[in-house]
Amino acid sequence: MERRTLLGGTITAAVLGLTFGLTSAAFAQQPPIKIGMSMAQTGGLAGGGKASQLGIEVWRDDVNARGGLLGRKVELIVYDDKSSASETPAIYSKLLDVDKVDILFAPYATVPTAPLMPLVKQRGMLLMGNFSFQVNSKVGHDMWFNNAPWGPADSWASSFLDLGQKAGGKTIALLAADQEFAQNLAKTAREVATKLGMKIVFDQAYPPSTVEFSGILRALKAAKPDIVYVASYPPDSAGILRGVNEIGIGDNVKLFGGGMVGLQFGAVMENLGSLLNGVVNYNTWLPEPSMYHEGTKAFFETYTKRAVEAKVDPLGYYLAPYGYASGQMIEQAIKAVGSLDQKALAKYLRENTHKTIVGPITFAADGEWKESGVVQAQFRGIADKNMEQFRSSGKQVVLFPDKMKSGTLVTPFEAARK
Amino acid sequence: MFSFELLLDAVVIGVLLGCFYAAVSLGLSISFGLLDVPHVAHPAFLVLAAYAVFFLNEHYGIDPLVAGLLITPLFFLFGLLAYRLYYETFEKRGSDAGVRGIAFFFGIAFIIEVLIILQFGVDQRSVTATYVGKAWRIGDMRIPFRLIVAFMVAAALTILLTLYLSRTFMGRAIRAVAQDQEALRLMGADPIRIKQWAFGIATAVLGITGALLIIVAPVEPTLDRTYIGRTFCVVVMAGLGSMSGTLVAAIILGIAETIVLTLFGASWAPAISFAMLLGVLAVRPQGLFGRRS
Repeated sequence: MERRTLLGGTITAAVLGLTFGLTSAAFAQQPPIKIGMSMAQTGGLAGGGKASQLGIEVWRDDVNARGGLLGRKVELIVYDDKSSASETPAIYSKLLDVDKVDILFAPYATVPTAPLMPLVKQRGMLLMGNFSFQVNSKVGHDMWFNNAPWGPADSWASSFLDLGQKAGGKTIALLAADQEFAQNLAKTAREVATKLGMKIVFDQAYPPSTVEFSGILRALKAAKPDIVYVASYPPDSAGILRGVNEIGIGDNVKLFGGGMVGLQFGAVMENLGSLLNGVVNYNTWLPEPSMYHEGTKAFFETYTKRAVEAKVDPLGYYLAPYGYASGQMIEQAIKAVGSLDQKALAKYLRENTHKTIVGPITFAADGEWKESGVVQAQFRGIADKNMEQFRSSGKQVVLFPDKMKSGTLVTPFEAARK
Repeated sequence: MFSFELLLDAVVIGVLLGCFYAAVSLGLSISFGLLDVPHVAHPAFLVLAAYAVFFLNEHYGIDPLVAGLLITPLFFLFGLLAYRLYYETFEKRGSDAGVRGIAFFFGIAFIIEVLIILQFGVDQRSVTATYVGKAWRIGDMRIPFRLIVAFMVAAALTILLTLYLSRTFMGRAIRAVAQDQEALRLMGADPIRIKQWAFGIATAVLGITGALLIIVAPVEPTLDRTYIGRTFCVVVMAGLGSMSGTLVAAIILGIAETIVLTLFGASWAPAISFAMLLGVLAVRPQGLFGRRS
């Protein structure tokens, strides 16, 4: 009996060892599946870009630990686009022609993504978008899928202006950066305001190089709006909030914020501290119980550890889980299709609901989420220079959508700031 | 919408913003204006100083202005070294040194940017001080304290540099080297040592103006790109090497930018600034306060 057990154990160990050895050898011999992208590693968008990249890298390591895809290792090829739109077309040409990547992920944000849409469409490549806004609306590429939860174009502005109207707002001021993303937001806000019968009393675009916002804010204040909708990029968002704190914005303002990029990043939030109080702004993920799904907790545990070494956003709520979700969606598509055929992958992504750490994702015909997953939340009780406070729930009270609501709007804005 | 109240407000903020632009341009007025060094890394040095101030403020709680003063001697030494390196590798070698010098300083700027990213990451950084985030209220007008600080520092720096360049032996030597390097050499002076000293002073000034940079707005590693156009615009518009001219040109630029931002539409602001520069150069090629050569 002992001899048989010993023999059986030896055979099992040998078979296992052989199988493992063969699998490892196959894994090592097969060329990797290359996923190519550019990412803002320097420049104004780098804070978000690096966090997003870390999210994708965490997925890459997870999928490789599970044995890769189609028996092949997954490799990321990433170039720095310096947050610049002028860099991305050349980078993506190189990814396709020199690096010969199998799958393309878009760079973070609208501005660097917009100029490469015609190229990707012409080359018939699937493109997994990364937090750009309405870049496919005019191009109409049928293999575009945005990982961002924006949903229908007007849902972002609608959610904010609805809150303003319920608070008694009748007039609106629009302040937007003179850039693709912010201008797209401002355009939809104008349309929604008109639909809701609101009067636009101030409509200003500012150049991205603006250093001082006191003058613009003074003019905005003079227009006496009830609602102030701001569409800004990270470097400007801090300048605008600082200016609001110093110049004031007027007692009649009921709602301030809406589309300020940057107020989702740990370092910016820590720097601004109490200046954030009262601002109602969009977000994509917050540490509220309703936003946890299968794998979310484990992802953030890994991300938090690696963010310290990588010197990126220690919170990583805004972009990182969506970077991971991009990988999950591609993983599910490749496994289901069993090949890297771009059209077949696109068909699968378009026709199915995908299970991710940010919840189930279903795409509409234009490649945006069928239903918006954006939340509008109000900053409350924020103290200065304290990063850890943002890890607990209640610091950003969710006002929209109703199914995730965790509190009610405090208004007017000046009262909410106290 | 136009109102005299808004116009007055725009002028006041414009003067203060202009003083800030002057402060960050004064060093360049020496290095480029007087010494003819194509110092395109000037804004990168400025951002480096801002990060040094951030480090002292964040880790030791030192007031940003005091931190700026503390790093000034270090930046003086840094300036001496940077010029010596530039001279030995480029300026000494011939007439096309200016063009190749631009490549040298661009390289330095990129190295600084990468070092900042490696050390501090890519996120925005800001400082805390009692005068950051508060405003002085005069009637309906509110003036941010941080801009008042910029105004005072710019005024003090302009006066000190003007006095230094006109009243001291070394200052007069710097002006002499700017006018005729060969004549100075014939008189037995070493123009290279004088230029090195002047470059050291131009870089030392960045210690305190780097503090202003991070007081006025948060900084990030690539912020130098925002300032490269503005600082060169101020120095060229002023007339190369004029300290008081730098202040006046910067104030004109600040007022023009703020009025356009406030009253006519923000998108036009950068275009108006550079249109003014072209206008000045068309009428007075030597700049507002430059001497006709």
